[in-house]
Amino acid sequence: MNPASHLGTSPIRTDAPAKVRGTLRYTDDLVRPGTLQAAVLFSPLAHAEIKRIETAAAAAAPGVRGVFTGADWPDVLIGLYMGDKPPLARGKVRYHGEPVAVVVADDEASALNALRLVKTEYAPLPALGSPREALAPGAPILHPDMAGYARIPDILPEPGTNVANRTKIRKGDPARAFAEADVVAEGEFSFPPGNHVALEPRVAIAEYGADGRLEIDSSTQSPFEVRNLLARALGLPERRIVVRAGPIGGGFGGKAGIMLEPLASLLAMRFPGRPVRLANTREADLLSSPGRPGLQARVRLAARADGTLLGADIEFLFDSGGYADYAVNVSRAAAISCTGPYNVPNVKTDSLCVYTNHPFATAFRGFGHIELSYATERAMDLLAARLKMDPADLRLKNAIRRGDLSPTGAPMDENTGDLPACLAKVRARLAWDSAPHRAVQPDGKIRAKGISCFWKAPAIPTFTDAGAVLYFAEDGSATLGTGVIEIGQGAHEGLRMLVAEALKTDLDRVHVTRAVDTDRSPHDWATAASRSLFMAGRAALEAVADAVAQIQRTAAAPLQCRPEDLDVAGGRVFVREDPARFLPLEKVVLGYVYPNGNSIGGPVIGRGRYITPDLTSLDPDTGAGKPWLEWTLGAEGVEVEIDPADGNVRVLKAACCMDVGKVVHPALARGQAVGAMAMGIGYSLCEGFVFDARQVVQNGSLRDYKILRYGEDPEYFVDFVETPQQDGPYGLRGLGEQGIVGMPGCLSQAVSLAIGAHMTELPMTPETIWKKAQEPAP
Amino acid sequence: MKELSGIVEIVLRINGEERRAAVRPGDTLLRVLREKLGLTGAKCGCENGDCGACTVLLDGKPVKSCMLLAVECEDAAVTTIEGLRDHPVQQAFAEENGFQCGFCTPGMILNAAALVEAHPESDDATDREWMQSNLCRCTGYEGIRNALAAARRKAAAP
Repeated sequence: MNPASHLGTSPIRTDAPAKVRGTLRYTDDLVRPGTLQAAVLFSPLAHAEIKRIETAAAAAAPGVRGVFTGADWPDVLIGLYMGDKPPLARGKVRYHGEPVAVVVADDEASALNALRLVKTEYAPLPALGSPREALAPGAPILHPDMAGYARIPDILPEPGTNVANRTKIRKGDPARAFAEADVVAEGEFSFPPGNHVALEPRVAIAEYGADGRLEIDSSTQSPFEVRNLLARALGLPERRIVVRAGPIGGGFGGKAGIMLEPLASLLAMRFPGRPVRLANTREADLLSSPGRPGLQARVRLAARADGTLLGADIEFLFDSGGYADYAVNVSRAAAISCTGPYNVPNVKTDSLCVYTNHPFATAFRGFGHIELSYATERAMDLLAARLKMDPADLRLKNAIRRGDLSPTGAPMDENTGDLPACLAKVRARLAWDSAPHRAVQPDGKIRAKGISCFWKAPAIPTFTDAGAVLYFAEDGSATLGTGVIEIGQGAHEGLRMLVAEALKTDLDRVHVTRAVDTDRSPHDWATAASRSLFMAGRAALEAVADAVAQIQRTAAAPLQCRPEDLDVAGGRVFVREDPARFLPLEKVVLGYVYPNGNSIGGPVIGRGRYITPDLTSLDPDTGAGKPWLEWTLGAEGVEVEIDPADGNVRVLKAACCMDVGKVVHPALARGQAVGAMAMGIGYSLCEGFVFDARQVVQNGSLRDYKILRYGEDPEYFVDFVETPQQDGPYGLRGLGEQGIVGMPGCLSQAVSLAIGAHMTELPMTPETIWKKAQEPAP
Repeated sequence: MKELSGIVEIVLRINGEERRAAVRPGDTLLRVLREKLGLTGAKCGCENGDCGACTVLLDGKPVKSCMLLAVECEDAAVTTIEGLRDHPVQQAFAEENGFQCGFCTPGMILNAAALVEAHPESDDATDREWMQSNLCRCTGYEGIRNALAAARRKAAAP
């Protein structure tokens, strides 16, 4: 009667037919008659005073309904953790691509025509090109009004400077550790900001109804967060806002914050009853909407002669660009996890989020961890070189284990993943211990291997929540509603499998609602931080239990037993001791009807809730606290081939092994790991903004901003270890982002080994590799 | 050479059907497909010919519909993703997880279908050259590579 367990099988995704036929409707595939089109004028400069914006000619152009500038909303400030951004630039522009004016017209062509008639005059200001420049004495202060910005208490900006947030970690006695160390390794590492390059550009369509309600369709990962932040920015209560989000075309964190919705909403409020569409071109998506942060890092490690880590002294300077957005929490996340997955008893870390005149930064896959991991893994390599130790052995020796204290002083619990097992698997995949790490090929090309370790914890509010409801249909099938967005990761597939497992039913009898609507879906923090299957999964399991209890109550009378004597499985509710006494679920889930027509029960509605327990904020002076829910630990490695003649590098193999607690859908889990590794390869080898001396972006289109293409992908090896997460559904923990985290580290190690020089910057383009190889050996 | 201005009516042969649309001479095939004909399978990924999300087949050859004017296409047969029905490449993409978010998928599938048609035998250099015109940000190309191989196996099966 019980169908076999679904967990660990790889059924074809339910969204496959629509996706391969091209019939899945993304946000911009919805066409509503009468939609007004908005077109935005972007700043051509990175930092300038706006002297004049002339809009009269544009306003008089055919088809134009209105032209707006920052002066139209003099008081609106938008932000995620800190409200620092006007919907359109006011007084000055802070990055290349900042929206300066917007035209609303009956159609897109009219809007674009009119946009050319908007005349602007700027007075250029000195542009800040890095966090260090922004922290230098005498640097222009980009946000002189910072002290007045609304913010959450966990963010600690330093008004009068360009520091949007500083997180301190003080653990043990680092000064003593460095004094007692046999070996100290130190390095500086950096990379520029970049972009997510989700294939779907961001879009928001807003309509302000006659009833005073604002309705927004958006390509967002976080409809509830958007509703909440819009309410604050616009001064509307949440009850007057509804945000709808369907499936979206990739997010990677870039759609986790608040993006086009505020401007689209403000425009919609000027044209009640007309939908207003604000859609990014690719260029706007790259430059104007938020990307990912850059980093300048300094890491010092203290160790004994045998390689045991004693202390770390770390400075992370995150390049947040012109506005803070999610970057203030990215820098905080990097502080919480600052050492990487190693047991370091003494730590001093300052992680700063710094304003510059670059495109501003939001969440990005890995959220602080890919950044910190690059810096600490590079420092581990320097230390291994000083110690003349195998870099994998150094990592194994210091691998964090249960009972060790995380950088914030909280003990690693029984859920701590098995990092040594992950490392051993990656070593085996790369023949690390049976073949040389560096080999010159007959054609002169050099093959080299690199290995790294990583960890990642979700950086989430202490009250991160997920709700779930389970409804039933006449055929006895179940429909799960959550606030989780399907961004391609397959979370809806995972949730479907968890529910089918708990209901002990066939997979095709469970459906997961695709679209999320803040009026109808249960509240859910955001589809971010690799937490959906964990948290919404917990809520879904509670909803199943609640539904089963209701089914038992309804069925007990007709089956003439007590509710607790009943089980639900295989589409039936039956007496546990006598399964021949049963009712099919379709006779119970909407209420039971006796032969004489009398009815009992009513529709079963399962309710499930989850909220993170026992999380705390950080102590502002020491960083002490328990801000993390769970850690995913893992190891990664690569084998590359470099042509020393021109610096061209090709990744031959990429291996990842991580401890995910429980693999629910192996094919999708592998897909997440592989996709993340590929993104990490691009991050390390070809991606990142290039700026001129005035901080104007030079590669603001996909013609010039290179991401990995077909044929540049390596042979992938993915393995999972399953140390159960006791509080995760069926023991699982997050795995969506993690595969990206270790890639910059192992690739840098491999490239450095190949050319015999330590790489300290990303991206490692052929040009930078070739140049580094020409430098005289130190 | 054609000379057109204002709004013109054109006739396109799309997925074996004759479709009429009133367009501006400057309208791209992509926008006409999406906005006039309701064929939203082709996506606006960059409108600059860089990403391939708008790929359609023109007389069986993959083209980026953002780089073509609709008025140029009157004499050709256009195939969009909506015109592929249970094609082996579609089945292979579904079975091999050749997609995640699905946004690049229509263009990727049409490009792959044209590749399998033109080159039934796998060749790494040819595949690489051909498939590099389309970007995917989710899969790391593993699923797409596997789907391509599976589609060729299906096509070769008697």
